Amino acid sequence: MTREEIRGEVLEILKDIAPDEDLSNLDDKASFREQMELDSMDFLDIVMELRKRHRVQVPEDDYVELASMESTVNYLEPLMKDIQKV
Amino acid sequence: MAMECATLGPMPKDFLKNAQSRYDVVVIGSGLAGLTAANVLARQGRSVLLLEQHYKLGGMATWFKRPGGHIFDISLHGFPYGMVKSCRRYWSKEIADSIVQLDGVRFDNPMFSLQTSFTREDFTKKLIENFKLAPEQVHAFFDKARGMNFYDDQQTTTRELFDEFFPGREDVIRLLMEPITYANGSTLEDPAISYGIVFSNFMSKGVFTFRGGTDKLIGQMTEVLQESGVDVCIRCDVTKINLNHGKVASVEVNGRTIECDAIVSNANLRATIFNLVGEEKFDRGFIDDARAVRLNNSSTQVYMAMREDESLDVNELGDLLFSSTAPTFQTEALLSRDITSRTYSFYYPKVRPEGQPRHLIVSSTNARHEDWADLPDDDYEASKKDLCETTLDALDKYVPNVRERLVHIEASTPRTFQHYTAHIAGASFGTKFEGLAVSRALPQQITGLYHAGSVGIIMSGWLGAMNYGVIVANEVDNQLMTGGSASTTGFEKTVAGEVAS
Ligand SMILES: Cc1cc2nc3c(=O)[nH]c(=O)nc-3n(C[C@H](O)[C@H](O)[C@H](O)COP(=O)(O)OP(=O)(O)OC[C@H]3O[C@@H](n4cnc5c(N)ncnc54)[C@H](O)[C@@H]3O)c2cc1C
Repeated sequence: MTREEIRGEVLEILKDIAPDEDLSNLDDKASFREQMELDSMDFLDIVMELRKRHRVQVPEDDYVELASMESTVNYLEPLMKDIQKV
Repeated sequence: MAMECATLGPMPKDFLKNAQSRYDVVVIGSGLAGLTAANVLARQGRSVLLLEQHYKLGGMATWFKRPGGHIFDISLHGFPYGMVKSCRRYWSKEIADSIVQLDGVRFDNPMFSLQTSFTREDFTKKLIENFKLAPEQVHAFFDKARGMNFYDDQQTTTRELFDEFFPGREDVIRLLMEPITYANGSTLEDPAISYGIVFSNFMSKGVFTFRGGTDKLIGQMTEVLQESGVDVCIRCDVTKINLNHGKVASVEVNGRTIECDAIVSNANLRATIFNLVGEEKFDRGFIDDARAVRLNNSSTQVYMAMREDESLDVNELGDLLFSSTAPTFQTEALLSRDITSRTYSFYYPKVRPEGQPRHLIVSSTNARHEDWADLPDDDYEASKKDLCETTLDALDKYVPNVRERLVHIEASTPRTFQHYTAHIAGASFGTKFEGLAVSRALPQQITGLYHAGSVGIIMSGWLGAMNYGVIVANEVDNQLMTGGSASTTGFEKTVAGEVAS
């Protein structure tokens, strides 16, 4: 997957997790928490969705990498580059 | 023919007959943590078998029916707002949509009498106006409680926390502590952080309940489990967890052995370690820690149904009433057989709008298992009767002539809770604080063995149990995928630290 495709996948997951949030103006550089109401159960859900949808494994020590859209895509890029978008 | 049937007697039903011989995960126990872990794991694509020893799912989240259309809820007195999100996420939107706020919570004791919406805003107002505290003092307390973190020191007790902010104010301590003691059995002697976290969690947006009752909730959850593909078996008492080279291999249940790669035990933590696995399978140090885990207290309840032509007024009584005749608040007094404090839940037709319009009252009291455990049958029955009578005497103040207005009354005791949930000593809220670390350390002892269920106060109650089920499900899913044991043992601390904020 390309960076853009990975971003799209993360956005899909976020939409499912926070259906009440408007994500159209998401600032990729700013942290998710600043822009939406996410708690750590939400981050856990992101981790579970990544595992379920893409078989990507995020160890707990790396949860901090999921702070913003940009850092998430940076983190996922090497892990997902060989995955085909379906 | 008829004779033959008679001599054969009833055929024992095989409750396991549809179960396969092997699953990715076996979940032992269908309390809210077990149910939620099972559902999440099945949605992650795992094959899951859920085994429950009782004939009903739900564990403590349960109910019973009595003739005349009366349905009593056992543990549906109130839960925090966070249930909405967790139900929507891990169950369904329909379930989340049935969650509604309680109309009012009342306190009545020799020190004060008041009604509150149970929000930070309203507590702040009451503390300033009724209790004449300085606003800065009140705000500082709430901020401190909210900012409390799991990593903070565990030396400070709740009593010391109160003394710091409200020295000499036993009335304030009572207002802030009594509901929490009822909610999870925590005491003034417990670490301040466990109080702060639960208190902030509960106080953010009021107290909520499930419209339709526990029976509806569990019924809906059962449907969702089916959609997710979980195999569910009731009347299946797991008697043993078998290991193979330090790794879980199978469970023994109703004479069958079912193989699995992982086990989530929702049974009591100590029962899991000492009865299902056996202490010889663990490190000495771990067993020492496990042995030191204290169980939480148990409860007694009195269930009362009003006559059909009688009603109760929510505006007058509220949904929840914390009542006490004790001059001051003391944890010991709350546990004593000589009951001075009772929490009444009033159930109006609004609770079950689709059912028959009934008015019910459930009186709950914290209690010690040892006070009831060894009573001979006669004394036990007499004590239950006495519990009913003294409850009626106390309730008469709020519901005048209550005796004449009832059609049904009965009581449950720590023995009842033990009988139905297999919790050691009938513990209503699992184990104390230290149980969490032991629960979390299980998979390091035995690969594939996890525990999810009421431990350590923050992970108990309906919401705590559900969320703990999710946290553990994530770990199990992780282990099944990697085959390794990448642990997330720090994660629950993060969750605990921020339910506060
Ligand atoms: C009187 C009372 C009032 C309460 N009020 C509230 C309230 O108002 N709000 C709130 O949020 N919380 C309340 N609680 C607490 C709340 O109900 C519990 O914390 C929560 O339901 C516990 O869920 P759990 O997943 O830990 O498991 P439990 O409910 O303890 O369930 C464990 C399950 O495992 C099963 N089991 C055990 N051993 C085995 C075995 N070997 N094989 C198969 N199955 C087994 C048991 O039968 C049981 O179904 C109350 C509790 C009590 C007792």
